[in-house]
Amino acid sequence: MRVVLAAASVVVLAILPMFAPWLQFVLTLAIAKGFAALGVAILLRAGLISIGHAMFFAASAYGVAFLAARGIGDFASLLVLSVVIAALTGVIVGAFLVRYRAIFFAMLNLAVSMVFYSLFAKLYGITGGSDGMAVPIPSVFGMVLSEPAFKDVLFYLSLVLMVVIGLGIHRYLDSPLGHALSAVHTNEVRLEYLGIPVWAVLLIAYVVSAALAGLGGAIAGFAIGRVVPDFAFWTASGHLVLVAVLGGIGGVPGAFIGALFLELLHTAAVTVTDAWNLIVGAALIAVIMFMPKGLYGLFAREKGAER
Amino acid sequence: MQPILEAKDLHVAFNGVKAADGVSLSIHDGEFLAIIGPNGSGKTTVLNLCTGYVRPKSGSVHLDGQDITRLAPRAIARLGVARAFQIPQLFSDQRVIDNMMLSLAAKDGLWTMMRPLETEARRAEAEALLGLVGLADDKNRISNTLPEGHRKLLDIAVALALKPRLLLLDEPTSGVSALERFPLMEALMGALRQRQITALFVEHDMDVVARYANRVLVWNAGNIMAEGHPDEVFKDQRVLQSVVGVA
Repeated sequence: MRVVLAAASVVVLAILPMFAPWLQFVLTLAIAKGFAALGVAILLRAGLISIGHAMFFAASAYGVAFLAARGIGDFASLLVLSVVIAALTGVIVGAFLVRYRAIFFAMLNLAVSMVFYSLFAKLYGITGGSDGMAVPIPSVFGMVLSEPAFKDVLFYLSLVLMVVIGLGIHRYLDSPLGHALSAVHTNEVRLEYLGIPVWAVLLIAYVVSAALAGLGGAIAGFAIGRVVPDFAFWTASGHLVLVAVLGGIGGVPGAFIGALFLELLHTAAVTVTDAWNLIVGAALIAVIMFMPKGLYGLFAREKGAER
Repeated sequence: MQPILEAKDLHVAFNGVKAADGVSLSIHDGEFLAIIGPNGSGKTTVLNLCTGYVRPKSGSVHLDGQDITRLAPRAIARLGVARAFQIPQLFSDQRVIDNMMLSLAAKDGLWTMMRPLETEARRAEAEALLGLVGLADDKNRISNTLPEGHRKLLDIAVALALKPRLLLLDEPTSGVSALERFPLMEALMGALRQRQITALFVEHDMDVVARYANRVLVWNAGNIMAEGHPDEVFKDQRVLQSVVGVA
């Protein structure tokens, strides 16, 4: 039943822009943020809150802009290379940060992300400073497309990636490594006594989460056509945590549900009032208070668990 | 014959209180060695020292002749030493069967990202072990909903799932009801013998020690007060006074 519901949701997402073309950009951006929020949600399973994952989102988006400026014009190459940049950044940052827990982990992620933000904002000669960098429209398998055609390709590719990568992450979370990750939250001592190196389990999760945030950043860069330092600002990281919690960390769809809900709510709220933050805030409070497992909790059920 | 585990001249103290004061001990293949002693005498510290959780100020611990004094618990676990705790150490928000399967996977297949934790073979093995400790009916329960005695049993089963050569048990029967105590020990000892697992256990129940241990170490204030077969040790007046509580 849940599979049918998920498939139907993807179909609805796929056909929505045909009736409301303006939604295509909103949905593309929502999927991009959904990938990044999924990265944050993976770490949340281990009880680790990263208030800095926008750094990977930005690193990848800037990666696209840099590589495009240096003559790489192929869409697939740009996408893959930018995710690799984010993953490598995740290896370096994660090697230091996975030793920490709780507030220290959260704050150190925030601190490192603000270093990234400062570098993007201050190295004007390289990054364009607060003006950012343009992301040109790349060729797709050698074909030069118009902007609307490329945006179509980007949207539908994002949708396909959401399904394929979502299934991959689902399998990861259901694997021994994924269960070990969840176990970090409850009992590190037992993990150690099972012979499991907790730091390795966390580093793998951190790199996967960085790569996911990177994928989201690359898609956002292509969709917006420009990358700016604000991509790495701490409020952007906070937004990702919010999306992850709102959607729920019980399953992979949660991050995307949260991102779609928030983007659509935001889009609707700004058309109603200038005080759109009020509407968004009230909705968030309602979800957090009445749905402790997030929006995904409405659809999920625990696997054969008895209490 | 070389002992499976040998600790030599261990010294460790906490805030000036000596938990091990130049103690040496050894355990041989196939032995069931019990450590008894008053509360706070340092019994659990011995297990901590042997598994790398606490490092001695001086002295050494050898496993099959290999110095493991400075190794981390995970490295010692991979060498075949498993531990069950006085306070059960479980993945409390996961199902009982998942606790077991993660332990089984830790032994033979943790580093797979794309294969599920739950395989037919792993589930069957987990269920067999749960049956052994009498938890077959609880397999789908979330482990933090189990009564304390059953949590204790699960902790032992999780340790057994690592297929260790040496199993360290910290008060295996505490928290287990009087009715279940001996059936549990019978099943546990049967499993240990069948799998040729050597065991070192800290225990307060003297009946359990008398019935199942081959050898007893009596720990007192960081030293070994007496050592030998249970029949001999329980005749020692000092032991009767300070540990068993009979004057």
